[in-house]
Amino acid sequence: MLEPLVQNLAFGLLVGALYGLAAVGLSLVFGVTKFLNVAHGELLMFGGYASFWIFTLLGIDPFLTLASTIVFLLVIGLVLYKLLFARMVKLTESVKIQNTLLVGFGLSLILQNLALRLWTADTRSITTFYSGSVFTLLGVRFPIVRVASLVIALVTLLALDMFLRRTYTGKALRATVENWEAATLMGIDIQRVYLLSFVLGAALAGVAGCLVSVGYSIDPVMGMNWTLKGLIVMVLGGLGSITGTFVGGLVLGVTESATGFFLSLTYREVVGLVLFVLILVFRPQGLFGTKEG
Amino acid sequence: MTRKQVTFSALLILIAILAFLPVVVKKDSTINLALLVLLYVSLASSWNILGGYSGQINLGHAAFFGAGTLVTRSLWLAGWNLFPSLLAGGLVAVALALLIGIPAFRLRGIYFAIGTLALAQILYITVGNTLPMISSLPAQSLATYELVPRYYLFLGLTILTTGTAYFLVNSRLGLGIMAIREEEDAAESLGVSALQHKLLALSVSAFFAGLTGGAFAYYHVGYYPQLPFAPEWTFDSMMMAYIGGAGTIIGPIIGAVFFVIVREFLVLKLAELHLIVFGVLFILVVLFLPGGLVGVWGTLQKALARRSRPKEIKLTPTRES
Repeated sequence: MLEPLVQNLAFGLLVGALYGLAAVGLSLVFGVTKFLNVAHGELLMFGGYASFWIFTLLGIDPFLTLASTIVFLLVIGLVLYKLLFARMVKLTESVKIQNTLLVGFGLSLILQNLALRLWTADTRSITTFYSGSVFTLLGVRFPIVRVASLVIALVTLLALDMFLRRTYTGKALRATVENWEAATLMGIDIQRVYLLSFVLGAALAGVAGCLVSVGYSIDPVMGMNWTLKGLIVMVLGGLGSITGTFVGGLVLGVTESATGFFLSLTYREVVGLVLFVLILVFRPQGLFGTKEG
Repeated sequence: MTRKQVTFSALLILIAILAFLPVVVKKDSTINLALLVLLYVSLASSWNILGGYSGQINLGHAAFFGAGTLVTRSLWLAGWNLFPSLLAGGLVAVALALLIGIPAFRLRGIYFAIGTLALAQILYITVGNTLPMISSLPAQSLATYELVPRYYLFLGLTILTTGTAYFLVNSRLGLGIMAIREEEDAAESLGVSALQHKLLALSVSAFFAGLTGGAFAYYHVGYYPQLPFAPEWTFDSMMMAYIGGAGTIIGPIIGAVFFVIVREFLVLKLAELHLIVFGVLFILVVLFLPGGLVGVWGTLQKALARRSRPKEIKLTPTRES
């Protein structure tokens, strides 16, 4: 009884790291710009396909494709921002949330159907020669690729954290989260900060997508599911903190796998949503957030 | 005739045409298409009551539509009369709406949109898991199945939905609902309770979505119980409302007609491409034409009127932001 349970929780932790990564991108963009980009899951899906095709066509190791996938997503993010989201920068906060939500929704519909047409509805995943390798620790099996994904997710988040804390630009981003008006008065170029955080969010989606395509599988309609998970985790972790969001991702992953273990696999996908509704009712500031307006 | 009378007469003529349609047209496929348009008008209008007039984006309308189908179908097949079953479906939808609305509306921002989406997905997955079998009408009802009464049910429902929406938004409560959309703090400071008005709009919206779902359950011969909970129902009605013109009575009607016609046309030619077309159109409307097709028409009318009339000096109040 105990060993399968621990095994299950370990798997939950591994997938939870990816939920966290997806949510951090969403949360970064939302925190800085107040854009609720519900096409985040579709960006993630595009990241997954980018890695998949580079691996399949050129035979490059999936973890090395990360670099090109990030560049690809940076470009997509830049184009989407210039084309669509830049037009909504000046709206008041509630209208901005609403309109970006609507535009993001339209975008997700377009990207999803584009992917369906381009790459068919087949489920795909990257299979390398080491995909099946596992190592055993205290009787628990760890697939190498998923552990590597966890490490990459952690490194990415650490790098992001360093960037936000240590660099001038990162501080400008955080200042904008705190109070954009004061930030403007201090000479921070809001337009650039917005653009930067948006493309950074897209790049984070790309990293997550690549890791999903290696450790799990991708298909054109996965986007909404990942957006939902990202949103749940974002609220779970309390808006605004990277660590909180990442831990929120782990919590969701473990909760899901525990549900799959104790109840039934079919309710795995529901539990996160129920968790969200409970958070909404009892602790809207999130598990780790502090009360504020 | 005044403008109001013209609109009213046009409306009566339209209803008369729709009422006589089954008498004139005997082809089932045509009646079916008209029925589908009515279904979408009703669903989009019900979404619009909350989304268009109070500005709260409901991403889980399918939950209310689906709840209506599930309750009405079960009760009706269990031997209840149709109308009590429909009513029960609508009421269950309202109960669900309050369940998510009461906690979500206490907070601002993203919580209502995500909360409704979560609710719809919970039901979509759970219904798929617990009721995996197709729900077909029993052989006895199939033998006596007739399309025309279903068509009239949808016609009546559509008139009821749009009529209620019309009277609601032209009432004092409707003004309160719109005031909240425009400026929540200002409305609250004038004694309009944002929470109460949002909950009212949500309840009316969910009620009619539930009724539409019930009518769907009465109409459809065989479907998976999960189907009406699918996110497409939400997204389609949202797009119809926006493309037609959110926050107007006629917008969702035009949007639904446009949506169904374009879809029928594109599906024959280009498979899934219609969703890309609607996605692009939807984004364009949100970014550049917040009034939708109705707004475009209004702008054209104004432009024409300006050309034909001599220039007049108009004083418009400016609003400081």
